[in-house]
Amino acid sequence: MSHDHEHDHTEPPSDLELRVKALETLLLEKGLVRSDTLDAIIETYEHRVGPRNGAHVVALAWSNDEFRRALLADATAVVSELGYVGRQGEHLQVVENTAEQHNLVVCTLCSCYPWTVLGLPPVWYKSAPYRARAVSEPRSVLAEFGTHLPESTQIRVWDSTAELRYLVLPERPRGTDDWSVEQLQKLVTRNAMIGVERARMPEDLLERDP
Amino acid sequence: MNGAHDLGGKHCLGPIAPESEFSEPVFHHEWERRVFALTLATGMLGQWNIDESRFARERQHPQRYLANSYYENWLAGLEKLLDEKQMLTSDSSSRWRAASPDCAAQLLAAGSPTSRAAQRAPAFACGQRVRVRKLSMAGHTRAPAYVQGTTGVIAQFHGWHCYPDQRARGLDSAEPLYSVCFTGQSLWGPNSEASEVLIDLWEPYLERAENND
Repeated sequence: MSHDHEHDHTEPPSDLELRVKALETLLLEKGLVRSDTLDAIIETYEHRVGPRNGAHVVALAWSNDEFRRALLADATAVVSELGYVGRQGEHLQVVENTAEQHNLVVCTLCSCYPWTVLGLPPVWYKSAPYRARAVSEPRSVLAEFGTHLPESTQIRVWDSTAELRYLVLPERPRGTDDWSVEQLQKLVTRNAMIGVERARMPEDLLERDP
Repeated sequence: MNGAHDLGGKHCLGPIAPESEFSEPVFHHEWERRVFALTLATGMLGQWNIDESRFARERQHPQRYLANSYYENWLAGLEKLLDEKQMLTSDSSSRWRAASPDCAAQLLAAGSPTSRAAQRAPAFACGQRVRVRKLSMAGHTRAPAYVQGTTGVIAQFHGWHCYPDQRARGLDSAEPLYSVCFTGQSLWGPNSEASEVLIDLWEPYLERAENND
């Protein structure tokens, strides 16, 4: 899929681009926003806050059972102690996957998502198909991510309708008993923490380390 | 509000078609960056809360809401709020002061917790059966249509939280908040792919149900 920049210099700006530019210009002129603040906000969410935070939390939970129990009991407190605090992470709950029960997170009404640990949500999470189908046909949704659960595994879907934000604690992959927190983090994908995929297996890292 | 945003269980919307998480950019176009930052920065002026912001995005013609991309809906909501709050009229600018980068960083780090002091004992206890009231009305609500009229079980009590139905009208109000667990069958029939769906619901959405409901 092609992204911006590639065609910006040859095509005139779209009506949408002009509409946004006009609004920004007006807000700057009226003193309602500052351009250095806009840049700082973009920098924060494009480069600083992201799923590495969540992967750290998950790897710690896999490594330390006391941490894991505390995290499941009061994720807001435990995650804030790691410094992952702020907007769209004010009230956190961690839900744990097991062989018997798989958790999946959605926001059917808008796009609620734990920004402090996962960053901004991907396009598909905010899209109408995911919001519509995650609650009613989660098995089919998981299959579209290549995730095929045994029929015996119960699927529990969390619809984030309030200001609680949910993070899935994936199952720890086999064969990682002697791995460090730093190594384990590499197995924790964003999609696994939403619940649409499992954590990566050690062999996945060898095959396609991004 | 029974609007196009209330998508749970809707059919014919097609495949998810996710981009790979290892290559998807945070923003796909420069204008999306601007809309995101403008929305957060103007929100810092304190003239609306998150429920007013959501309600502004929801109040669009359903065809428009569904045809728009995600940040187009943010833009539509922002334009509506600025217009309704009369923040772009000629002599209003001296009333507000734009946040500096430091101030913005503090506000983002602080977030906006919605928990509030308890005002009385909650009406429901964990394990109790409740039914979601039928709530069809024009205002903002966070009780999805797909769960209204369905019976579930109180799974967790989260204390008192700001109540969106009132807060979307700019009113300060809090109610007890619960996670309510519904069986997939009760929502979607005998062939449900979901074993359970847990939904966060405020006390005014709920009524007591009998154990055999």
